[in-house]
Amino acid sequence: MEYKDYYKVMGVERDATQAKIKRAYRKLARKYHPDINKEPDAETRFKEVGEAYAVLKDPEKRVAYDQLGSNWQSGQDFQPPPNWDQGFEFRGGDAGQFDAEQFSDFFESLYGHASANGFDGQTHRELHRRGEDTHAKVVINLEDAYKGAMRTITLKHTVLSADGRPQLKERKLNVHIPKGIRQGQHVRLAKQGGAGMGRGEAGDLYLQIEFKAHELYHIEGGDVYLDFPVTPWEAALGTKVKVPTPTGMVEMAIPESSSAGRKLRLKGRGIPGKQPGDFYVVIQIALPPADTESAKAAYRKMKEELAFNPRTHLGV
Amino acid sequence: MTNTDLLALFIGEVVEEDVSLTLNQISHVCDIPVERIVEIVEEGIVEPYGEDVESWRFQGLCVQRIRFVLRMERDLGVNAAGSALALELLEELEWLRGRVKRLGHE
Repeated sequence: MEYKDYYKVMGVERDATQAKIKRAYRKLARKYHPDINKEPDAETRFKEVGEAYAVLKDPEKRVAYDQLGSNWQSGQDFQPPPNWDQGFEFRGGDAGQFDAEQFSDFFESLYGHASANGFDGQTHRELHRRGEDTHAKVVINLEDAYKGAMRTITLKHTVLSADGRPQLKERKLNVHIPKGIRQGQHVRLAKQGGAGMGRGEAGDLYLQIEFKAHELYHIEGGDVYLDFPVTPWEAALGTKVKVPTPTGMVEMAIPESSSAGRKLRLKGRGIPGKQPGDFYVVIQIALPPADTESAKAAYRKMKEELAFNPRTHLGV
Repeated sequence: MTNTDLLALFIGEVVEEDVSLTLNQISHVCDIPVERIVEIVEEGIVEPYGEDVESWRFQGLCVQRIRFVLRMERDLGVNAAGSALALELLEELEWLRGRVKRLGHE
Protein backbone atom coordinates (compact mmCIF):
# COMPACT_ATOMS: atom_id res chain seq x y z
CA MET A 1 0.00 0.00 0.00
CA GLU A 2 1.22 3.47 -0.81
CA TYR A 3 1.66 6.26 1.67
CA LYS A 4 -0.44 9.32 0.83
CA ASP A 5 0.81 12.76 1.67
CA TYR A 6 -2.46 14.52 2.45
CA TYR A 7 -0.71 17.84 3.00
CA LYS A 8 0.80 17.66 -0.44
CA VAL A 9 -2.55 16.76 -1.98
CA MET A 10 -4.02 19.86 -0.36
CA GLY A 11 -0.98 21.99 -1.20
CA VAL A 12 -0.58 23.21 2.38
CA GLU A 13 2.28 23.11 4.93
CA ARG A 14 2.16 20.52 7.70
CA ASP A 15 1.53 23.28 10.24
CA ALA A 16 -1.33 24.91 8.30
CA THR A 17 -4.24 26.16 10.40
CA GLN A 18 -7.65 24.48 10.12
CA ALA A 19 -8.96 27.63 8.45
CA LYS A 20 -6.24 27.47 5.84
CA ILE A 21 -6.95 23.81 5.18
CA LYS A 22 -10.61 24.58 4.66
CA ARG A 23 -9.80 27.36 2.20
CA ALA A 24 -7.43 25.09 0.30
CA TYR A 25 -10.08 22.40 0.17
CA ARG A 26 -12.78 24.73 -1.12
CA LYS A 27 -10.47 25.97 -3.86
CA LEU A 28 -9.41 22.51 -4.97
CA ALA A 29 -12.93 21.10 -4.75
CA ARG A 30 -14.16 23.85 -7.08
CA LYS A 31 -11.28 23.26 -9.43
CA TYR A 32 -11.61 19.49 -9.69
CA HIS A 33 -15.34 19.00 -9.21
CA PRO A 34 -16.33 16.54 -11.95
CA ASP A 35 -19.40 18.63 -12.79
CA ILE A 36 -17.15 21.55 -13.60
CA ASN A 37 -13.84 20.11 -14.71
CA LYS A 38 -14.11 17.93 -17.80
CA GLU A 39 -10.50 16.73 -17.77
CA PRO A 40 -10.37 12.94 -17.55
CA ASP A 41 -8.45 12.88 -14.26
CA ALA A 42 -10.67 15.46 -12.53
CA GLU A 43 -12.78 12.90 -10.70
CA THR A 44 -9.72 11.10 -9.34
CA ARG A 45 -8.22 14.35 -8.15
CA PHE A 46 -11.52 15.39 -6.60
CA LYS A 47 -11.68 12.14 -4.63
CA GLU A 48 -8.07 12.49 -3.50
CA VAL A 49 -8.79 15.97 -2.26
CA GLY A 50 -11.95 14.76 -0.52
CA GLU A 51 -10.04 11.98 1.22
CA ALA A 52 -7.25 14.32 2.31
CA TYR A 53 -9.80 16.77 3.65
CA ALA A 54 -11.72 14.07 5.51
CA VAL A 55 -8.54 13.47 7.50
CA LEU A 56 -7.12 16.96 7.85
CA LYS A 57 -10.34 18.74 8.77
CA ASP A 58 -10.91 16.38 11.69
CA PRO A 59 -8.45 17.36 14.47
CA GLU A 60 -8.42 13.81 15.89
CA LYS A 61 -7.71 12.15 12.57
CA ARG A 62 -5.18 14.83 11.72
CA VAL A 63 -3.19 14.41 14.93
CA ALA A 64 -3.18 10.64 14.43
CA TYR A 65 -2.00 11.08 10.85
CA ASP A 66 0.74 13.46 11.99
CA GLN A 67 1.94 10.75 14.40
CA LEU A 68 3.11 8.75 11.41
CA GLY A 69 5.83 11.37 11.05
CA SER A 70 6.84 13.54 8.16
CA ASN A 71 9.52 11.34 6.70
CA TRP A 72 7.21 9.47 4.42
CA GLN A 73 7.14 10.24 0.72
CA SER A 74 4.00 10.14 -1.34
CA GLY A 75 3.73 6.75 -3.02
CA GLN A 76 6.25 5.10 -0.68
CA ASP A 77 5.34 1.57 0.40
CA PHE A 78 3.54 1.84 3.69
CA GLN A 79 2.32 -0.37 6.53
CA PRO A 80 0.80 1.25 9.60
CA PRO A 81 2.95 0.65 12.69
CA PRO A 82 1.33 -1.75 15.16
CA ASN A 83 -1.09 -0.06 17.55
CA TRP A 84 -0.33 3.23 15.88
CA ASP A 85 -3.76 4.59 16.72
CA GLN A 86 -3.70 3.62 20.36
CA GLY A 87 -5.11 6.32 22.52
CA PHE A 88 -7.06 7.98 19.74
CA GLU A 89 -10.76 7.90 19.61
CA PHE A 90 -12.22 8.50 16.20
CA ARG A 91 -15.73 9.67 16.26
CA GLY A 92 -15.99 8.84 12.63
CA GLY A 93 -19.04 10.25 11.11
CA ASP A 94 -18.44 12.88 8.63
CA ALA A 95 -16.23 11.76 5.87
CA GLY A 96 -19.42 13.21 4.57
CA GLN A 97 -20.11 13.64 0.95
CA PHE A 98 -17.78 11.02 -0.41
CA ASP A 99 -18.59 7.44 -1.07
CA ALA A 100 -16.57 5.82 1.62
CA GLU A 101 -15.70 2.80 -0.49
CA GLN A 102 -13.88 5.11 -2.85
CA PHE A 103 -11.32 6.11 -0.30
CA SER A 104 -7.89 4.55 -0.71
CA ASP A 105 -6.58 1.44 1.01
CA PHE A 106 -4.22 3.78 2.82
CA PHE A 107 -7.14 5.63 4.37
CA GLU A 108 -8.88 2.40 5.32
CA SER A 109 -5.78 0.93 6.93
CA LEU A 110 -5.59 3.98 9.18
CA TYR A 111 -9.18 4.73 9.96
CA GLY A 112 -11.01 1.59 8.95
CA HIS A 113 -13.89 1.32 6.56
CA ALA A 114 -16.54 1.92 9.19
CA SER A 115 -15.00 5.21 10.16
CA ALA A 116 -15.27 6.45 6.61
CA ASN A 117 -18.90 5.72 5.99
CA GLY A 118 -20.06 7.20 9.20
CA PHE A 119 -22.18 4.37 10.53
CA ASP A 120 -20.00 3.44 13.46
CA GLY A 121 -21.00 4.58 16.87
CA GLN A 122 -24.62 4.86 15.86
CA THR A 123 -27.22 2.52 17.22
CA HIS A 124 -27.91 -0.08 14.65
CA ARG A 125 -31.29 0.18 13.07
CA GLU A 126 -32.83 -1.32 10.05
CA LEU A 127 -32.43 0.93 7.07
CA HIS A 128 -34.60 0.99 4.02
CA ARG A 129 -33.26 3.26 1.42
CA ARG A 130 -33.72 3.53 -2.29
CA GLY A 131 -30.60 2.57 -4.21
CA GLU A 132 -28.48 5.24 -5.79
CA ASP A 133 -29.09 6.33 -9.34
CA THR A 134 -26.07 5.49 -11.40
CA HIS A 135 -24.76 7.16 -14.53
CA ALA A 136 -22.81 5.95 -17.50
CA LYS A 137 -21.85 7.32 -20.89
CA VAL A 138 -22.59 5.55 -24.13
CA VAL A 139 -20.85 6.56 -27.34
CA ILE A 140 -22.87 5.94 -30.49
CA ASN A 141 -22.51 6.67 -34.18
CA LEU A 142 -24.65 9.23 -35.95
CA GLU A 143 -26.17 6.40 -37.98
CA ASP A 144 -27.45 4.81 -34.75
CA ALA A 145 -29.52 7.91 -34.04
CA TYR A 146 -31.05 7.69 -37.52
CA LYS A 147 -31.99 4.03 -37.28
CA GLY A 148 -31.96 3.06 -33.62
CA ALA A 149 -29.41 0.48 -32.46
CA MET A 150 -28.47 -2.05 -29.87
CA ARG A 151 -25.40 -1.58 -27.71
CA THR A 152 -23.81 -3.89 -25.21
CA ILE A 153 -22.44 -1.80 -22.41
CA THR A 154 -20.13 -2.84 -19.60
CA LEU A 155 -20.74 -1.25 -16.25
CA LYS A 156 -18.29 -1.35 -13.38
CA HIS A 157 -19.78 -0.95 -9.96
CA THR A 158 -18.83 -1.62 -6.39
CA VAL A 159 -20.76 -4.04 -4.24
CA LEU A 160 -20.21 -4.87 -0.61
CA SER A 161 -19.19 -8.48 -0.13
CA ALA A 162 -20.35 -10.59 2.81
CA ASP A 163 -17.54 -9.29 5.05
CA GLY A 164 -18.46 -5.70 4.26
CA ARG A 165 -15.56 -4.92 1.97
CA PRO A 166 -16.17 -3.22 -1.34
CA GLN A 167 -15.51 -5.18 -4.50
CA LEU A 168 -15.47 -4.09 -8.10
CA LYS A 169 -17.93 -6.02 -10.25
CA GLU A 170 -18.54 -5.92 -13.95
CA ARG A 171 -21.90 -6.23 -15.49
CA LYS A 172 -22.95 -6.29 -19.11
CA LEU A 173 -26.25 -4.99 -20.40
CA ASN A 174 -27.83 -4.99 -23.83
CA VAL A 175 -29.42 -1.64 -24.30
CA HIS A 176 -31.67 -0.38 -27.04
CA ILE A 177 -30.65 3.05 -28.34
CA PRO A 178 -33.86 4.66 -29.55
CA LYS A 179 -34.10 6.19 -33.00
CA GLY A 180 -34.01 9.98 -32.83
CA ILE A 181 -31.78 10.27 -29.78
CA ARG A 182 -29.79 13.50 -29.59
CA GLN A 183 -26.35 14.36 -28.30
CA GLY A 184 -26.35 14.73 -24.52
CA GLN A 185 -29.77 13.16 -23.97
CA HIS A 186 -30.27 10.50 -21.35
CA VAL A 187 -31.87 7.09 -21.52
CA ARG A 188 -33.26 5.96 -18.21
CA LEU A 189 -33.38 2.28 -17.34
CA ALA A 190 -35.66 1.98 -14.35
CA LYS A 191 -34.28 -0.01 -11.39
CA GLN A 192 -30.97 -0.87 -13.07
CA GLY A 193 -28.97 1.44 -10.80
CA GLY A 194 -27.53 0.76 -7.37
CA ALA A 195 -29.21 -1.82 -5.15
CA GLY A 196 -31.49 -0.51 -2.42
CA MET A 197 -30.89 -1.07 1.27
CA GLY A 198 -33.33 -3.21 3.17
CA ARG A 199 -36.65 -3.13 1.38
CA GLY A 200 -35.74 -0.01 -0.58
CA GLU A 201 -35.96 -0.46 -4.32
CA ALA A 202 -33.04 -0.20 -6.71
CA GLY A 203 -32.10 3.15 -8.21
CA ASP A 204 -32.23 3.96 -11.91
CA LEU A 205 -29.46 3.78 -14.44
CA TYR A 206 -29.00 6.85 -16.62
CA LEU A 207 -27.14 6.51 -19.88
CA GLN A 208 -25.85 9.74 -21.32
CA ILE A 209 -25.62 9.63 -25.09
CA GLU A 210 -22.52 10.97 -26.81
CA PHE A 211 -21.94 10.92 -30.54
CA LYS A 212 -18.62 9.73 -31.82
CA ALA A 213 -17.06 12.51 -33.93
CA HIS A 214 -17.98 11.83 -37.55
CA GLU A 215 -15.48 12.37 -40.34
CA LEU A 216 -18.03 14.02 -42.62
CA TYR A 217 -20.84 15.45 -40.54
CA HIS A 218 -21.12 17.58 -37.49
CA ILE A 219 -24.18 17.65 -35.35
CA GLU A 220 -26.01 20.41 -33.52
CA GLY A 221 -29.04 19.17 -31.63
CA GLY A 222 -31.12 17.44 -34.28
CA ASP A 223 -29.48 19.23 -37.19
CA VAL A 224 -26.68 17.67 -39.20
CA TYR A 225 -24.16 19.72 -41.18
CA LEU A 226 -21.96 18.72 -44.08
CA ASP A 227 -19.15 20.89 -45.43
CA PHE A 228 -19.49 20.58 -49.17
CA PRO A 229 -16.75 21.75 -51.57
CA VAL A 230 -17.74 23.03 -55.00
CA THR A 231 -15.75 24.56 -57.85
CA PRO A 232 -15.90 28.32 -58.47
CA TRP A 233 -17.89 27.77 -61.70
CA GLU A 234 -20.36 25.43 -59.97
CA ALA A 235 -20.93 28.08 -57.32
CA ALA A 236 -21.22 30.85 -59.91
CA LEU A 237 -23.34 29.12 -62.52
CA GLY A 238 -25.27 26.65 -60.42
CA THR A 239 -25.36 22.91 -60.95
CA LYS A 240 -26.82 19.62 -59.79
CA VAL A 241 -24.69 17.53 -57.43
CA LYS A 242 -24.84 14.28 -55.49
CA VAL A 243 -24.68 14.76 -51.72
CA PRO A 244 -23.97 11.98 -49.21
CA THR A 245 -26.37 11.99 -46.23
CA PRO A 246 -26.53 9.48 -43.38
CA THR A 247 -29.53 7.89 -45.12
CA GLY A 248 -27.92 7.71 -48.55
CA MET A 249 -27.13 9.84 -51.59
CA VAL A 250 -29.47 12.62 -52.57
CA GLU A 251 -29.48 14.89 -55.61
CA MET A 252 -29.39 18.53 -54.88
CA ALA A 253 -29.33 21.76 -56.86
CA ILE A 254 -26.63 24.32 -56.12
CA PRO A 255 -28.23 27.64 -57.09
CA GLU A 256 -26.27 30.07 -59.21
CA SER A 257 -24.32 32.85 -57.46
CA SER A 258 -23.79 30.75 -54.33
CA SER A 259 -21.14 32.20 -52.07
CA ALA A 260 -18.89 30.34 -49.64
CA GLY A 261 -20.64 29.57 -46.34
CA ARG A 262 -24.12 29.48 -47.89
CA LYS A 263 -26.28 26.89 -46.19
CA LEU A 264 -28.65 24.78 -48.24
CA ARG A 265 -31.28 23.04 -46.19
CA LEU A 266 -32.78 19.61 -46.74
CA LYS A 267 -35.78 19.85 -44.49
CA GLY A 268 -36.42 16.95 -42.14
CA ARG A 269 -33.32 15.02 -43.17
CA GLY A 270 -31.48 15.57 -39.90
CA ILE A 271 -31.88 13.26 -36.94
CA PRO A 272 -35.46 11.93 -36.93
CA GLY A 273 -37.87 12.46 -34.04
CA LYS A 274 -41.09 14.19 -33.07
CA GLN A 275 -39.44 17.33 -34.38
CA PRO A 276 -37.02 15.97 -36.95
CA GLY A 277 -33.84 17.93 -37.48
CA ASP A 278 -32.71 19.34 -40.81
CA PHE A 279 -29.73 18.50 -42.95
CA TYR A 280 -27.54 21.41 -44.02
CA VAL A 281 -25.11 21.48 -46.90
CA VAL A 282 -22.54 24.22 -46.24
CA ILE A 283 -20.99 25.47 -49.47
CA GLN A 284 -17.23 25.74 -49.59
CA ILE A 285 -15.49 26.98 -52.67
CA ALA A 286 -12.38 25.07 -53.69
CA LEU A 287 -9.86 26.71 -56.00
CA PRO A 288 -8.35 24.65 -58.77
CA PRO A 289 -4.54 24.62 -58.58
CA ALA A 290 -2.68 26.71 -61.16
CA ASP A 291 -0.09 24.03 -61.75
CA THR A 292 -0.15 23.77 -65.53
CA GLU A 293 0.38 26.31 -68.27
CA SER A 294 -3.23 26.02 -69.45
CA ALA A 295 -4.56 26.46 -65.89
CA LYS A 296 -2.46 29.59 -65.51
CA ALA A 297 -3.79 30.82 -68.84
CA ALA A 298 -7.34 30.31 -67.58
CA TYR A 299 -6.62 32.35 -64.45
CA ARG A 300 -5.02 35.07 -66.57
CA LYS A 301 -8.12 35.16 -68.73
CA MET A 302 -10.29 35.57 -65.61
CA LYS A 303 -8.06 38.40 -64.49
CA GLU A 304 -8.58 40.18 -67.81
CA GLU A 305 -12.27 39.46 -68.14
CA LEU A 306 -13.53 39.95 -64.57
CA ALA A 307 -13.29 43.28 -62.82
CA PHE A 308 -13.36 41.72 -59.40
CA ASN A 309 -12.07 43.32 -56.22
CA PRO A 310 -12.82 41.26 -53.08
CA ARG A 311 -11.33 44.04 -50.89
CA THR A 312 -13.66 46.97 -51.54
CA HIS A 313 -14.88 46.81 -47.94
CA LEU A 314 -11.27 47.31 -46.77
CA GLY A 315 -11.07 50.52 -48.76
CA VAL A 316 -8.24 49.28 -50.99
CA MET B 1 -26.03 -12.47 -13.00
CA THR B 2 -23.85 -11.30 -15.87
CA ASN B 3 -24.95 -13.98 -18.28
CA THR B 4 -28.68 -13.81 -17.69
CA ASP B 5 -28.65 -10.04 -18.09
CA LEU B 6 -27.26 -10.42 -21.57
CA LEU B 7 -30.30 -12.34 -22.72
CA ALA B 8 -32.48 -9.35 -22.03
CA LEU B 9 -32.65 -6.23 -24.13
CA PHE B 10 -33.22 -3.20 -21.95
CA ILE B 11 -35.41 -0.55 -23.45
CA GLY B 12 -35.31 2.72 -21.60
CA GLU B 13 -37.07 6.01 -21.94
CA VAL B 14 -35.47 9.15 -23.25
CA VAL B 15 -35.48 11.34 -20.19
CA GLU B 16 -35.65 14.57 -22.17
CA GLU B 17 -38.70 13.51 -24.17
CA ASP B 18 -40.71 10.72 -22.62
CA VAL B 19 -40.64 11.57 -18.94
CA SER B 20 -42.96 14.00 -17.21
CA LEU B 21 -43.18 14.23 -13.43
CA THR B 22 -45.50 15.91 -10.93
CA LEU B 23 -44.12 17.93 -8.04
CA ASN B 24 -44.49 15.00 -5.65
CA GLN B 25 -42.89 12.57 -8.07
CA ILE B 26 -39.86 14.73 -8.74
CA SER B 27 -39.39 15.38 -5.03
CA HIS B 28 -39.41 11.61 -4.50
CA VAL B 29 -37.01 10.96 -7.37
CA CYS B 30 -34.57 13.62 -6.15
CA ASP B 31 -35.08 12.58 -2.53
CA ILE B 32 -35.62 16.11 -1.24
CA PRO B 33 -38.71 17.80 0.24
CA VAL B 34 -41.27 19.48 -2.00
CA GLU B 35 -40.32 22.87 -0.52
CA ARG B 36 -36.77 22.53 -1.83
CA ILE B 37 -38.11 21.80 -5.31
CA VAL B 38 -40.28 24.93 -5.14
CA GLU B 39 -37.24 26.92 -4.05
CA ILE B 40 -35.26 25.63 -7.03
CA VAL B 41 -38.14 26.48 -9.38
CA GLU B 42 -38.28 30.00 -7.93
CA GLU B 43 -34.60 30.37 -8.68
CA GLY B 44 -35.45 29.63 -12.34
CA ILE B 45 -33.21 26.58 -12.47
CA VAL B 46 -35.97 24.31 -13.74
CA GLU B 47 -39.20 25.44 -15.33
CA PRO B 48 -42.19 23.17 -15.02
CA TYR B 49 -45.12 23.39 -17.43
CA GLY B 50 -48.49 24.35 -15.96
CA GLU B 51 -49.77 27.42 -14.20
CA ASP B 52 -50.31 26.48 -10.58
CA VAL B 53 -48.33 24.15 -8.35
CA GLU B 54 -50.88 21.32 -8.59
CA SER B 55 -50.66 21.15 -12.34
CA TRP B 56 -46.87 21.52 -12.54
CA ARG B 57 -45.21 18.96 -14.81
CA PHE B 58 -41.45 18.57 -14.87
CA GLN B 59 -39.54 17.25 -17.84
CA GLY B 60 -37.07 14.47 -17.19
CA LEU B 61 -34.14 16.79 -17.77
CA CYS B 62 -35.13 18.75 -14.64
CA VAL B 63 -33.96 15.82 -12.50
CA GLN B 64 -30.41 16.24 -13.82
CA ARG B 65 -30.45 19.97 -13.13
CA ILE B 66 -31.82 19.58 -9.61
CA ARG B 67 -29.21 16.94 -8.82
CA PHE B 68 -26.53 19.27 -10.09
CA VAL B 69 -27.77 21.91 -7.65
CA LEU B 70 -27.69 19.39 -4.80
CA ARG B 71 -24.14 18.31 -5.64
CA MET B 72 -22.95 21.91 -5.80
CA GLU B 73 -24.46 22.54 -2.40
CA ARG B 74 -23.09 19.36 -0.83
CA ASP B 75 -19.60 19.40 -2.34
CA LEU B 76 -18.88 23.10 -2.70
CA GLY B 77 -21.21 24.86 -0.29
CA VAL B 78 -22.88 26.81 -3.14
CA ASN B 79 -26.48 27.98 -2.62
CA ALA B 80 -29.29 27.67 -5.18
CA ALA B 81 -28.63 31.09 -6.74
CA GLY B 82 -24.93 30.31 -7.10
CA SER B 83 -25.71 26.91 -8.63
CA ALA B 84 -28.04 28.54 -11.13
CA LEU B 85 -25.26 30.88 -12.19
CA ALA B 86 -22.75 28.02 -12.39
CA LEU B 87 -25.15 25.94 -14.44
CA GLU B 88 -25.75 28.69 -16.97
CA LEU B 89 -22.05 29.46 -17.31
CA LEU B 90 -21.23 25.79 -17.74
CA GLU B 91 -23.86 25.42 -20.44
CA GLU B 92 -22.49 28.42 -22.25
CA LEU B 93 -18.96 27.06 -21.89
CA GLU B 94 -20.01 23.75 -23.36
CA TRP B 95 -21.68 25.46 -26.28
CA LEU B 96 -18.60 27.60 -26.91
CA ARG B 97 -16.31 24.58 -26.72
CA GLY B 98 -18.41 22.82 -29.32
CA ARG B 99 -18.24 25.90 -31.50
CA VAL B 100 -14.45 26.25 -31.18
CA LYS B 101 -14.09 22.59 -32.07
CA ARG B 102 -16.20 23.01 -35.18
CA LEU B 103 -14.41 26.15 -36.31
CA GLY B 104 -11.08 24.42 -35.89
CA HIS B 105 -12.29 21.57 -38.02
CA GLU B 106 -13.62 23.76 -40.81
